[in-house]
Amino acid sequence: MIAELRNISKSFNGIKALENINLGISEGEIFALLGPSGSGKTTLLKIMALIEQPNSGEVYFCEEKVTNKNIQQTRMRATMVFQKTAVFNTTVYKNVAYGLKLRKIPKSRIKDEVSDALRLVGLQGFEKRLANSLSGGEQQRVALARALVLRTKLVLLDEPTANLDPRNAAIIEEIIGTVNRSFKTTIVMATHNIFQARNLPHRIALLQNGRITETGTTTEVFTSLSRTLASFAAADNVFIGDANPSVDGVTLIDIGNGVQIEMTALKSGRVSVFIDPKEIIISRKKFVSSARNILKGRITEIADAGNVVKVKVDVGKPFIIQITKKSLADMKLHLGMKVYLAFKASSVQTIQD
Amino acid sequence: MLNGEDGLNELLEGIEKAFQLIISGDPTVLDITLRSLYISGAAVCIAALWGIPIAILLGLKDFQGKFFLKGLFNALIGIPTVGLGLILYLVFSRSGVLGFLRMLYSPTVIIIGEALLVTPIVVSFSANALEAVSPEVYDLAKTLGASEDQAFFAVFREALNGVLLATVSSFNRAVAELGVAQMVGGNISGFTSVLTTTIANETVKGNISLSIALAIILFILVFGITLAVNLFQRRRK
Repeated sequence: MIAELRNISKSFNGIKALENINLGISEGEIFALLGPSGSGKTTLLKIMALIEQPNSGEVYFCEEKVTNKNIQQTRMRATMVFQKTAVFNTTVYKNVAYGLKLRKIPKSRIKDEVSDALRLVGLQGFEKRLANSLSGGEQQRVALARALVLRTKLVLLDEPTANLDPRNAAIIEEIIGTVNRSFKTTIVMATHNIFQARNLPHRIALLQNGRITETGTTTEVFTSLSRTLASFAAADNVFIGDANPSVDGVTLIDIGNGVQIEMTALKSGRVSVFIDPKEIIISRKKFVSSARNILKGRITEIADAGNVVKVKVDVGKPFIIQITKKSLADMKLHLGMKVYLAFKASSVQTIQD
Repeated sequence: MLNGEDGLNELLEGIEKAFQLIISGDPTVLDITLRSLYISGAAVCIAALWGIPIAILLGLKDFQGKFFLKGLFNALIGIPTVGLGLILYLVFSRSGVLGFLRMLYSPTVIIIGEALLVTPIVVSFSANALEAVSPEVYDLAKTLGASEDQAFFAVFREALNGVLLATVSSFNRAVAELGVAQMVGGNISGFTSVLTTTIANETVKGNISLSIALAIILFILVFGITLAVNLFQRRRK
């Protein structure tokens, strides 16, 4: 066991983020923490990276209990890559060399190591570029190089491909696989992307509301997973709301900020709601249709996702709608534009919390 | 009274003489310039010494009354120099609270006054720069192996451009201000006279060429230092 969490709990300002987490990471494996945003993945990774202290419970690293005495030393043996890419405002070289300098590696060796790490992430020759001037995907690769150059036994990745275009996402997934195979680096990654969780990891833990609900090999977890949960974990449009069955046989779910969603299945109480971004229709004018859900909002983001485009619309809650590039151009959609979203009550999927 | 043409001639003559004074390395010009540099430089150093720790507190820590304190420092950025000069005069004059120190009309008291004058600039600009650094930088540095101190330094370094700007702005304000230096320095020749006070006093006396020479130096100082810092920032990256 390279890292082990025993009875870990953590809360922020009285709000529970993690509850009684028990988790062991074996040496050399790729382990995925799968769960929706807000489920506690980042906090769990930060505790494993020893940059966040749990309120209770113990962390073991290589069978040794982490204490205040050895924490600084132990922290050197693991490193984390954050989701919100944070590069230091300096050159790519200085970014990647940072951890090596702290470890007092001689300058000449740092130079070689940095250049090797940059080659590994496909950014050879980028040394003198300013990290902040790179694209999001390239910055994430710099962050990855900066972590991998340290050759720590354990690397923790928080949503390594979230917000990236498919090309950069594929590059990063490939690097993760390579590093795990060639350097035997143990990798723990947090993801809400079920496809990523299906391909890369050897083992998976499902995290929901700060609790681990299931742990097992990828095959085990995926065969026992309900289809709903599978789609739920991959999703963009995941909301938590209160469901109230109404008299006419539908359920109204209040997801907050005055947004109500209608669904066909009868549910009540607290539920997680998921709407596939592909099943939402975006229109410039309100139109009559069979769709039970019509929401008015404003476009706040248009993101290129390869051959398709993800449009974020704020209707009180942010919704992601996936459309083709052609639709985007034909409809002349732009930021700040008022639009209507429509989706059928049967497109709404839920799981009871 | 001079007519327009005489006025223009006087100005041209003044400029010509001013350049002669600068190029020949006139001792008076040199003396005043160096004193200005020393006094304003010392004032900025002192302001940075106590201002940056306050900025760190305001920019990175949370505590009660922080909002009020930030507002106060922001408001004090625009403090009128003559007003501050007058207060300091009253404090340091013989009958004042600190009159016993006998510091009025000395370079030391100008340094203190200018340090007070520019402290709000150092504090506000630096605090804003520190606040703008992503809180993740601290965690990032730590996960890459930094100790608490090193991680804190990483955050500070992200804000360094802002802190440098604060320091340069402070120096520019200090070297170019007249009120404090005049009121508590008294423009004593060879002792407390600085660029601004000499320009003001010599112009009134009709010594236009000296004033122009000193004004040119003042401009060069202010622009030159800003330019140098800009270049340094570019190189640092």
